Amino acid sequence: MNFNHQQSAHCESGVMSSLLTHAGLPMSEPMALGLSSGIAFAYIPLVKLSGMPLIAYRMPPKHIIKTLSKRLGCRLHSATFSNPAAGKQALDQALEQGRLVGMQSSVFWLPYFPPEMRFHFNAHNLLAYGREGEEYLLSDPVFEQPVRCASDDLQRARFAKGALAAKGLLYWLEDVPSEVDWEKLIRSSIVSTSRIIDGLPLPWIGIRGIEYLARKIARLDEQAKKYNRLYLTHIVRMQEEIGTGGAGFRFMYASFLQEAGSLLNEPTLCAASQQLTAIGDQWRQFALLCVQHSRGKSEVPSLAEISSALLAIAQAERVLFKELARWAKRK
Amino acid sequence: MKLDEVPQDAECSAYAGHQKLLYAVDEEGCYQGAQSAGWDAENYATQQALAELEVLEQQAKLRWQAGETSVLPYLMYRYRMDELALAQCTGLWRWRIRRHFKVPVFQQLPARILIRYAQAFSLPVEQLLAYQQGQLDEL
Repeated sequence: MNFNHQQSAHCESGVMSSLLTHAGLPMSEPMALGLSSGIAFAYIPLVKLSGMPLIAYRMPPKHIIKTLSKRLGCRLHSATFSNPAAGKQALDQALEQGRLVGMQSSVFWLPYFPPEMRFHFNAHNLLAYGREGEEYLLSDPVFEQPVRCASDDLQRARFAKGALAAKGLLYWLEDVPSEVDWEKLIRSSIVSTSRIIDGLPLPWIGIRGIEYLARKIARLDEQAKKYNRLYLTHIVRMQEEIGTGGAGFRFMYASFLQEAGSLLNEPTLCAASQQLTAIGDQWRQFALLCVQHSRGKSEVPSLAEISSALLAIAQAERVLFKELARWAKRK
Repeated sequence: MKLDEVPQDAECSAYAGHQKLLYAVDEEGCYQGAQSAGWDAENYATQQALAELEVLEQQAKLRWQAGETSVLPYLMYRYRMDELALAQCTGLWRWRIRRHFKVPVFQQLPARILIRYAQAFSLPVEQLLAYQQGQLDEL
């Protein structure tokens, strides 16, 4: 198959960007994130990851795939399998038909991941573009180069059980349009992003979620040093590690705003992109404060300082997304 | 973030020689993809999580070898899980898993339950059977 691997910052937007580009609709990764309204913030204490609350900087897994294919009007063919053998057969069959196949899998059981990065996260996305004997040719979007994976290992990763279990999910796109109405897509995606970020009456989602987390940090017990260290570094890991392009997707979304701005020749979007870049830098600064506090060496920032840095971010995002919503609704 | 601010802290980075893609702006403020060899702050956060698991794993190992618990807590942390994750992977209730942590209960477990643990850890069931019969050696 004539397929060009492209490295991405995030697995799901990367997979969609590759699938669409391969099908003849060139699309950058930031565009895939932006048009699917993939950016968000959520603080979910009910869902625990190794004893810590789930903190997400984006919409739940599969949101980008589903929303983007729906908005573009392409048909998303997807299948899960209760029988692993049937899942392998379906993958082989699709590859024989010359398809580029998207797959969901666990990170932990993929042997080509460095050991330090292997955690039980079942909603990783990658592409298969061929098979040689018992080895699959994979395009894992977060890696620099295409990788190979033995059949048994891939099976284990695709059918790992647990939270967000992939159940061998396979997907590909059909009827991809070659032309789309960019203006309409960009406007509607920005409207729905602004609703998610600052329009839901829920205390844990969007800007309210950021404020909630800031209050949580301010209320941490100064004496519980070990817990605070694990809690603060957990926030940093959620923000930086799990394929976010740095600063919890903010830079990637800023890149989308810039691309959209030059596509539509809209200075408002380019200005918003600059603002969001500055907010992304604030997020990185916040991560640095968390780490400095945890390291506990000289000049430790206090919990109150960290909390107010986060409140400043919330305020800046609120202003920005209000403005973006106003632009998107204006005709 | 500007292109020259993209962190390149390759030393003791968790990426193991790999590079991650980030988006950053060039001199004119235009966005581009840029590779990062690692960021000190992120790396510290990862190491904290790994060190915590490591401590739990070693404690569980000592307790297992001293005969205080079954091998399951050790294997659980070794495979970077907690009780919740193990419950989700095996499809067993948490209270049952906690019961299986007791040595006498573990020794009575039928093969059909051991198979579920073996699958969760991706180990041969023979290995769990050997532990059940009192083997205390490393994997």
